[in-house]
Amino acid sequence: MSKLTQGVVLLLFGGAILRASVTDLYLRYVKEGLRPFLIATGLLLVAAAVMTIWYSLRESSDAADEHGHEHHGPGVGWLLILPVLGLLLVAPPALGSYAANQAGSVVAEPAGGSDYPPLPAGDPVELSMVDYASRALFDAGKSLDGRELSLTGFITIAPDGAPMLARMVLSCCAADGRPIKIGLDGRAPIDVPADTWVQVTGVHTGRTSKDPVNNVDVAYFDVRTWQEVAQPKQPYA
Amino acid sequence: MRKRPPGSGNGRRKPLGWARPTALEELLSPSTLETERPIGSLEVLAGLLVLLVIFRGPLSELVSGPALQTWTTVFVSVLVQAAPFLAFGVALSAVIAVFVPRSFWARALPRHPALAVPAAGLAGVVLPGCECGSVPIAGSLIRRGVTPAAALAFLLAAPAINPIVLTATVIAFPGRPEMAVARGLASLVVAVLLGWLWLRLGRSEWIRLPHRPELDGPQWPAFWAACRHDVLHAGGFLVIGAAAAATINVVVPEAWLTSLAANEVLSVLALAVLAVLLSICSEADAFVAASLSQFSLTSRLVFLVVGPMVDLKLISLQTGVFGRRFASRFAPATFVVAVLIGTLFGVVLL
Repeated sequence: MSKLTQGVVLLLFGGAILRASVTDLYLRYVKEGLRPFLIATGLLLVAAAVMTIWYSLRESSDAADEHGHEHHGPGVGWLLILPVLGLLLVAPPALGSYAANQAGSVVAEPAGGSDYPPLPAGDPVELSMVDYASRALFDAGKSLDGRELSLTGFITIAPDGAPMLARMVLSCCAADGRPIKIGLDGRAPIDVPADTWVQVTGVHTGRTSKDPVNNVDVAYFDVRTWQEVAQPKQPYA
Repeated sequence: MRKRPPGSGNGRRKPLGWARPTALEELLSPSTLETERPIGSLEVLAGLLVLLVIFRGPLSELVSGPALQTWTTVFVSVLVQAAPFLAFGVALSAVIAVFVPRSFWARALPRHPALAVPAAGLAGVVLPGCECGSVPIAGSLIRRGVTPAAALAFLLAAPAINPIVLTATVIAFPGRPEMAVARGLASLVVAVLLGWLWLRLGRSEWIRLPHRPELDGPQWPAFWAACRHDVLHAGGFLVIGAAAAATINVVVPEAWLTSLAANEVLSVLALAVLAVLLSICSEADAFVAASLSQFSLTSRLVFLVVGPMVDLKLISLQTGVFGRRFASRFAPATFVVAVLIGTLFGVVLL
């Protein structure tokens, strides 16, 4: 790899990261908080690329006869083309039902102390899936009863064929993404293909079951109505 | 490899019998190089990019199966997540390699190597980052004359005991702050033990840092050359590690693990191996450990101690920065010590 080529590879890598972080593409892979660092990284890489290209052009015009062949870069650097390809050409989607079925549901930890504050106003109240599961499993749904609720997630098909509502929870990046799963009772969406994003409206039900993958309790939701929605800008919980 | 000044045709002095073709080639090659340059890497790159853009459609289709798609998502996300840490580590290591004078390290660390090891390990507290960044930094430290044992202690301790990682551990295990304490202490002990082990058993020839003449030139060109080299080098090995981690993520169903959780010894070993295979960033691994709730706390502590010190992407990075002979000895030794010490602290503290 000549110095000039190294500069171009760096430019592509930095450019791909910059492009992913100024659009919403990066939200498919990492958490929102990483954005400023990604932009800084992209800028540093582009700067390194520009300096490399500049030095190499100046060198080759300075000393055309002293060809700079001793500057052969690391061959392993070619591999950096792969993430560039992944980010610029393929841009794989956010994790979906395949990943959700492979891993066990997260344990929705009881919130801080033991008290669950009353739900905010609204009819129906929009809740995050983790919040719903936590209230349903650790507070026996006391703060949920008597309210109409709505949850947003994607459909995943459990091994027994029943549709479940799922959302991936990230702590850092998609490599550690784990699903939060909620069973659907009542007028659950049937015949909806996996990975379809839906908003379900309904009420709390006391039913629970175990996730077959890791034996963690799974809460259920009694669906009254549901509708297909577009994938949210932030696909992860 | 021996370097030879350009243009010196020293092949001619060798015995005629076998040297003639070489000498001939050497005589011919400079002129061929000048007149018609063979296809260089830039042309290869341009061709590759054109092909990729042309075959973009079939390529995206190729990765549209759910398993392969998940693989691609995980692969890209490991790299996107690691990129800022890599860039930070690379920039800092370039600063160390170019701007910090050698004499600084002699003054900053205790003179005796056996004391420098724990001091360097503790210095890891101030570096908020994950393991991808600390590998090039440790390489730079050795280059600048820091004793390898101390640099290695720093390499192992920094990703595990810095405040960000410990805070994440406290948050991931609510009501169990002893988990973070045990993690910090066990990681520090492992790092120091391995530093001392290196002092006793390590051989300097196992570490083969790549020859980098440009680092001794003028400062700013040297800085950018170090950045360029380290990003391409460490980044390339990071790509290999990310691909391995994505593969494990997709092909190992979690249900397999659950069957191992019942046996205490097996569960410790299972999570130690899982930590190596998954290669999760040390800032995130506490949350993953928390969700492996069917396993004992001790085995999850071992997961947290092993993960930042030995994993697929680290082994790949260490091979790149320090050489294969180093990585093939250092990684297994670290694994064994980390499992033992992690278990010990788990039994005593948790």
